[in-house]
Amino acid sequence: MINGQGSAVAFEHVSKSFGAKQVLRDISFDVRAGEALCILGRSGTGKSVTLKLIISLLKPDQGKIWIEQDEVTHLAESELSRVRRKMGFLFQDAALFDSLTLYENLALPLKRLTSKSPEEVDFIVDRVLRQLGLAADEKKMPSELSGGMRKRAGLARALVLEPKILLADEPNSGLDRITSSEIDDLLLLQKEEHKTALVVVTHDVRGARRVGDRIVVLDKGKLIADGSFAEIEHSENEVARHLVTE
Amino acid sequence: MTNIFEIAGEVSTFGFRALADLFRRPFEGEQIRRQLAEIGSKSLPLVIASGFALGAVLTLHTRSTLVTFGATAWIPTVQALAFFLEIGPLVTGLLVAGRVGSGIGAVLSNMRATEQIDAIESLSIDSFKFLVVPRIVACTLALPLLTLFLDFAGLLGGFFSEYAASRLSFQLYIARSFSSFEWSNFCAPTLKTAVFGFAIGTISSFLGYTTNEGAEGVGRAATRSVVVSSLLIILVDVLLIKFIFFIFPESAL
Repeated sequence: MINGQGSAVAFEHVSKSFGAKQVLRDISFDVRAGEALCILGRSGTGKSVTLKLIISLLKPDQGKIWIEQDEVTHLAESELSRVRRKMGFLFQDAALFDSLTLYENLALPLKRLTSKSPEEVDFIVDRVLRQLGLAADEKKMPSELSGGMRKRAGLARALVLEPKILLADEPNSGLDRITSSEIDDLLLLQKEEHKTALVVVTHDVRGARRVGDRIVVLDKGKLIADGSFAEIEHSENEVARHLVTE
Repeated sequence: MTNIFEIAGEVSTFGFRALADLFRRPFEGEQIRRQLAEIGSKSLPLVIASGFALGAVLTLHTRSTLVTFGATAWIPTVQALAFFLEIGPLVTGLLVAGRVGSGIGAVLSNMRATEQIDAIESLSIDSFKFLVVPRIVACTLALPLLTLFLDFAGLLGGFFSEYAASRLSFQLYIARSFSSFEWSNFCAPTLKTAVFGFAIGTISSFLGYTTNEGAEGVGRAATRSVVVSSLLIILVDVLLIKFIFFIFPESAL
């Protein structure tokens, strides 16, 4: 279902290079609304670049990227801003703003991008922090949070604008198994309760198996497998098969 | 050589973009206030302490020379002219380049390395306007004010030094300090530090914001910010003095 028709995200023959190094080669896939897609692959195969292309932090050299009905590769900055509001991004190390408290980190997008009153902003931030088990930590600076709390805080910030599409870059990296499982639960909850489309880049096969409805495997910049876990486990491609084996 | 011109062009474009964005909504009042507190208020102790010490030392040196000519009455005048015309603006510029320039370079490059700038963009917030413009504005506004604090701290340091040697009264010291003073001696050199502030803010922000060298780049951006800002301040100072003499010929004494 490529070309944006009914898809939350669609890639159409996308290529991306950095200097002489080609990171993505002719990639096509789509993510339907309310679907969770996990992107697996070895390090340096362009997984994080794929996420940054989706949210237009990078531009592709070739190909088209659709976010719902918008083809974003040639949009002006003001239009991009409108499209980005449909998305939330959980960065690998959370990327919380060092100089702001946890509350301020969450309130910032609400104050900047919506016309909500201070009371409404308080209410929303409080609700999201409670959902993620961080209500008692709103006055803390990011440096005072543990790794798991930072991830949850990053997720809280990504969710505060109620995005239709949530992008997560290695949400389980650096976390113990229990905390990692808690993050997966939160992603699943978001998908099930709000019908949010998830695009999750991960190395964690166990997490991908729990969260993902579909798996895409990248290797050396090429898409080598696209399907359910069961399909990829029986794929003819040895790298893909190897990557989904725990 | 081409590379130097290329970088100079990029920095100029960066500075002009900041000026243009300053007049575009949203006006970032809260961020500017935050940066003014960071850059202005937190630099104040360093600036005042340095001014006071410099003032005291300068008086000790000039006294030992002027005593030979029986011209110790000129000490306050020399002190005031030296501070308001050159020492105050230049030393404040260099102190702020050291304290604030390195800070801006390090903070922004760290934000780049830890994807905080990407996070701001992903939230549909213009990171340049949110992070760079307030820092440049705050540097530009804070420098003249900090210069005044350093100038007066220098006069105070000079007074204590002179008082210890000659028991000169404070009123007489101040009266003599400003006896040969014109407004042009005071306004033009103080206001030129706004240009120093703009240069510090622009250079440091450019080096921090555009760096893409990971954690290693953070230290490098901080060091480069101090070195380039300091050199630029000295260069701009020479050009501005020539300009001030052209506009206010009487200030050339």
